[in-house]
Amino acid sequence: MLYLSLFWEYLKNYAKTRLTYRADFWIEVLSDLLFQGVNLIFILIVFQQTESLGGWSEAEVVFVYGFFMVPFGIFGTFFNLWNFADRYIAKGEMDRILTRPAHNLFQVTLENMDPPSLFGSFIGILIMAISWGQLDLVFHWWYVPMMALLTLGAVLIYMGLYTALTAISFYSDAPTGILPLMYNIQNYGRYPVNIYSRIIRFVLTWVLPFAFVGIIPASYFLDAKHDDMASLALYTPLVGVIVFAIGLFVWNTGVKRYRGAGS
Amino acid sequence: MMSAYVDFIRIRFLMMLAYRVNYYSGIIIYAINIGAYYFLWQAIYGDKQVLAGFTVAQMTTYVAVSWMARAFYFNNLDREIANEIRDGSVAVQLIRPYSYLAVKLMQGFGEGIFRLLLFMVPGMVIVCLLFPVSLPTDPKVWAIYLVMLFFAFLINTQINMLTGLFAFFVENNEGMMRMKRVIVDLFSGVVVPIAFFPGWLSVAMNWLPFQAITYLPTAVFTGRTPLSEAWGVLGVQVIWFVVLLVPILLTWRAARTRLFVQGG
Repeated sequence: MLYLSLFWEYLKNYAKTRLTYRADFWIEVLSDLLFQGVNLIFILIVFQQTESLGGWSEAEVVFVYGFFMVPFGIFGTFFNLWNFADRYIAKGEMDRILTRPAHNLFQVTLENMDPPSLFGSFIGILIMAISWGQLDLVFHWWYVPMMALLTLGAVLIYMGLYTALTAISFYSDAPTGILPLMYNIQNYGRYPVNIYSRIIRFVLTWVLPFAFVGIIPASYFLDAKHDDMASLALYTPLVGVIVFAIGLFVWNTGVKRYRGAGS
Repeated sequence: MMSAYVDFIRIRFLMMLAYRVNYYSGIIIYAINIGAYYFLWQAIYGDKQVLAGFTVAQMTTYVAVSWMARAFYFNNLDREIANEIRDGSVAVQLIRPYSYLAVKLMQGFGEGIFRLLLFMVPGMVIVCLLFPVSLPTDPKVWAIYLVMLFFAFLINTQINMLTGLFAFFVENNEGMMRMKRVIVDLFSGVVVPIAFFPGWLSVAMNWLPFQAITYLPTAVFTGRTPLSEAWGVLGVQVIWFVVLLVPILLTWRAARTRLFVQGG
């Protein structure tokens, strides 16, 4: 309950600071969408040349991309810690966080909240709806709670992975290029993983489970394919809980090593 | 005077050299991106031999070379210029006896040399080991490609400068710079070769400078554009280089009279 009211206070605070620069807000939303849009344009352009991508039709790939955008937008809203090492460790702002009773990761994420990312999620839902119309599939009412559950699992996977990677800065103060590295790897997850080589497919499914944030859960709603990825879809929430638990563990262990800044 | 400008190249090169470790992960990131597009294009081609004039082998080379060319010509001059305008340090530079824009170009060039030697070349070697990239055997193709690469750098830098200079007119051009980055990547042909664009869009591209950055030179390098047409491509690049000087100089002239420093 405390956390819920804290969340509300942080949100109000965010709104107050952002309303000072209204134009920036919309420009940020627009450039975010454009960033995502390029990938969609890529899909639309290549499907003018071919009917299928590893056995997936255009509408299916677009649907997968729409699904991919939903958890990604939610994740982007609550996880905006790309300069964590700089701001909280090098400059020592973590001191302030640690003197307060609420969990430190909770505070840090809410301080850096980025609600404009949520627009990506809305666009994702819209894209899914449009391609669903083209796919001519049956819609069951329980698809809605199912989608929410799979989305939650995917968000937890993102959160866990990036929490663990951000926590690396507690262990080593050298700037690591691992975050942008991961950011680029996750792009593999929005296309059918059967187009990749066996090793990459294995890595994307079981090591850095980016297949579970896009293609695997999305395939649950589509026609069965010969390699039947949909059978893994229901594991998404489980994978999410496991990855998030690992991330939280790495973080909590890391925070204990925090020593504060010199000055 | 010239030697002062050469020094700006040298200093920026040495500065980049000090931070070279940051670029090792860059090589891996580019290799990852090339890998993603390599597999995608393999799946897109399927059994087909030629799409939009590119064979599968040419496409693989295109993906590798266009990304690695980006590793070379990419720079953050737009952000640098915008930051200097916003924090006011541009004012100090304006009273120094050199051309601000020429200095920026030289600094960009210093970064470019660094990127060429420590990013593009080693990256290209690694990518060639990982993927079946087929490099041209004709030394003439290599020679003309290097010239084109230089012009690709110039045109991209000009676009960056123009974007950065807009900070003189608007208080915050952060969003504009981000959009410019996306647009350049898409329209220059790094993401998809322009030959794949739908008809009306590829016609529109013919009238914009972006294709001269990546698509035209890389198409020559992969052999899709025959060597006999390469001079025409180079001509397009030279024309765009000259044409883009006009808005830059006009913006610069208009801008100096209305410098507005925030906070200072």
